[in-house]
Order: sequence, then C-alpha cells, then structure tokens
Amino acid sequence: MKRNSVLELGVGIFMLAGILGLVFLGLRVSGLGVGMPSDTFTLNANFSNIGGLRPDAKVTMSGVRIGKVTDIELDQKWFDAKVVMELDSQYDGKLSEDTTAAILTSGLLGEQYIGLTVGGAPDTLHDGDVIRDTQQALVLEELIQQFVSNMAN
Amino acid sequence: MIDRIASLGRATLDVLAAIGRAGLFLFHSIVCLPSREGIYLWIRQMHFVGVMSMAIVVVSGLFIGMVLALQGFTILVGFGADEALGQMVALSLVRELAPVVAALLFAGRAGSALTAEIGLMKATEQLTSMEMIGVDPLRRIVAPRLWAGFVSLPILTVIFGVVGIWGGYLVGVKWLGVYDGSYWSNMQDSVSFVGDVLNGIIKSLVFGLVVTWIAVFQGYDLIPTSEGISRATTRTVVYASLAVLGLDFILTALMFGDLG
Repeated sequence: MKRNSVLELGVGIFMLAGILGLVFLGLRVSGLGVGMPSDTFTLNANFSNIGGLRPDAKVTMSGVRIGKVTDIELDQKWFDAKVVMELDSQYDGKLSEDTTAAILTSGLLGEQYIGLTVGGAPDTLHDGDVIRDTQQALVLEELIQQFVSNMAN
Repeated sequence: MIDRIASLGRATLDVLAAIGRAGLFLFHSIVCLPSREGIYLWIRQMHFVGVMSMAIVVVSGLFIGMVLALQGFTILVGFGADEALGQMVALSLVRELAPVVAALLFAGRAGSALTAEIGLMKATEQLTSMEMIGVDPLRRIVAPRLWAGFVSLPILTVIFGVVGIWGGYLVGVKWLGVYDGSYWSNMQDSVSFVGDVLNGIIKSLVFGLVVTWIAVFQGYDLIPTSEGISRATTRTVVYASLAVLGLDFILTALMFGDLG
C-alpha cells in the first residue's frame, strides 16, 4: 500500500477537528472547569419551601452570578429544605453575617435561582456557615389562594 | 393454503438467515489484529467516509443551528424567556439533532457510496478474485470501511454540534440581539458533559456502527447485477435511516427516560 501524505494530512486535520470540537463542547458548552472545586467555599441556607429550585441553579448577588447550588436535601431536624451552595472563593469572608438569601424566578416562568443580599453586620460568613435569614420560593398557587381569599373578604 | 403457510415460513427463514449472515459478517470483519497495511487502508477510508463528508455536515449543522435559534427565539420571546435560547439550542443539538441528522446525512452520503462500491466489486468478481489469490475480502475491503464509519461518525457529530451552536449564536446573539453572556451561561448551567454530550456521542457511536454495517453488508450480500446494485443502494439508505430513528428512540428512552 502506497502512503499518501495529502490524504493522511486530511485525516489528521479531521481527527484534530473532532478533538477540538469535543474540547469546545466540554469547556464552552457544558462549562466544565479545570480545578474549579479548589477555589470555592460552601454556605448552607435553610428554606421553608424551595419551590422548583434544582442543583446547579445559579447563586447571584445583585444579579451577578457568584456561585451555584450543589445539593438540596431535607433537614431531618427542622423538616425544612437545606440548600448547599458553592460560592467563588474571592467572596470568602466578604459577605456579612446577616446576609439574606431569597429564591427568585428569572422572568415569569423561568428557572429559579438564589439571590443573596448583604446586610450591615461587622462579622462575616465563612466556609460552612449557615444563612439564617431566608425567604422561601414564590409558589404561584399560594399567591392565587391569598388573592382569592382577600377578594372574598 | 398449505402453500401460503410454507411461503410465510420461507420468508421468515430468509429474514433470519440474512440476520445471521450479517452477524457473522460483522464478527469476521472486525475481529482481527491490526496490521500496518490495515491502518493505511483505514486512513484511506477515513478520508473518503469522514473527511469528504465534512462539507455536508458543516453546512447542514450551520443551517440547523440557525433555524433552531430563529424558531426558538420566536417561541421563547413570547414567555419573556429569550435568555434560555442558548440552553434550548445546545440541548436539542447535543442530545438529539447532531447524532440523528449527522447519521442520516452519513447514511445518504457515505453509506450509499459504500454499498455501490462493494456491490460493483462483487458484480465484477473482484471479491472472488481476491479470495482466489488468498486475500480475505472481509479483512481487506470490509473491515477498513467498517472501522472508518465507526470512528468518523462521532467526529462528524461533534463537528455538527459545534457548528450548530455557533450558527445559533450567529442568529440569536448577533442578529436577534439575545444577550451574549446569557446565551453561553444558560447553556453552561443546563448542559452536563457526561449526561448530555457523552450520551450524544454514545448515540453516534451506535449509529456509526449500524449505518456502516448495513451499508457494507448490503453491498456484500447483493445480487450481482446492475439492478441488484441499485436495489441494494436504496435499501441501505432506507434501512439505515429507519434503524437510526428507531434506535434513537430506544437509546433516548434508556438515557433520558428516567430523568422525570
């Protein structure tokens, strides 16, 4: 079999394009980061109702993305939802202790995410701390129920 | 009456025999030690099956991504959710459209050519002559083509997906004015590498094997006349397309069915 270098070059470029495409799909499309876990810190927050919040939902402050939700489980002691968040480590020790967390909805029917708002306390939150002051998700049915019962009065 | 039943039995046995022949054929072709010469043959086929299919895959990927973004935008903007455009384009491309459409194009572009090529070799008795001089046509002709199809379809699928997402970006962000950051960040939030990208590639591996298998088997098994070649080429495209669509449903049910 005679070797044909033009042909081999073509196949090589083809394979390379496939690998580069896979890297693009990994990094740009699915947002895989290299060494991401090392530069984050964890905060917990307990909500009485998380609505439709799911793991991987974003955590924002003033609309700027600063982290994501990693885990949601039922707190067996208080029977409310315990949400574990991973925040960018540059905010470690910057958020005041009385920071509040609220579950917000993007748009009318969009996905749900967590919005943090800083308070004024001098002490700050560190890795593993719990946010006490939380606001539960807005559940449309409850809102309509309230509206109807107000109308009835 | 007895004749009818006998003909039904004959038809069933024919189908079963064809499936058995196809299975043995696949087994004999792919189970062999790689050789230096085999690799050159494989590279030659990679060029024909993969590299030459790039143009059609890139152009179709671009247009499908663009039309997805256009359609998605007009629907999503009604809910005020046009930021979710990137997510919609990426998920539908990576999970479904890239593996399936690339496999259908591949069946039409490369599969039919493989069938016709091997069929003509059979009709002109090249395959028999090879056997006469002691060269196994399964190793020499069929195996490189099977491996080339198996390897190149996943690559074509990845390229299709990337070009489609870029096409969606062109229409959504550059033309319709979706915010650049939310196009990519919504996409990154919702697409998971293992759950979506890798499952799409697994799909395309299965499709690559099935489409090439059908194509080379139809070529190898046809009646060696000009009519036989034309029938077999048609059968390749029809069977391969149906197999891709049917398998896609089964694979989707296995991969995403229990996500709820």
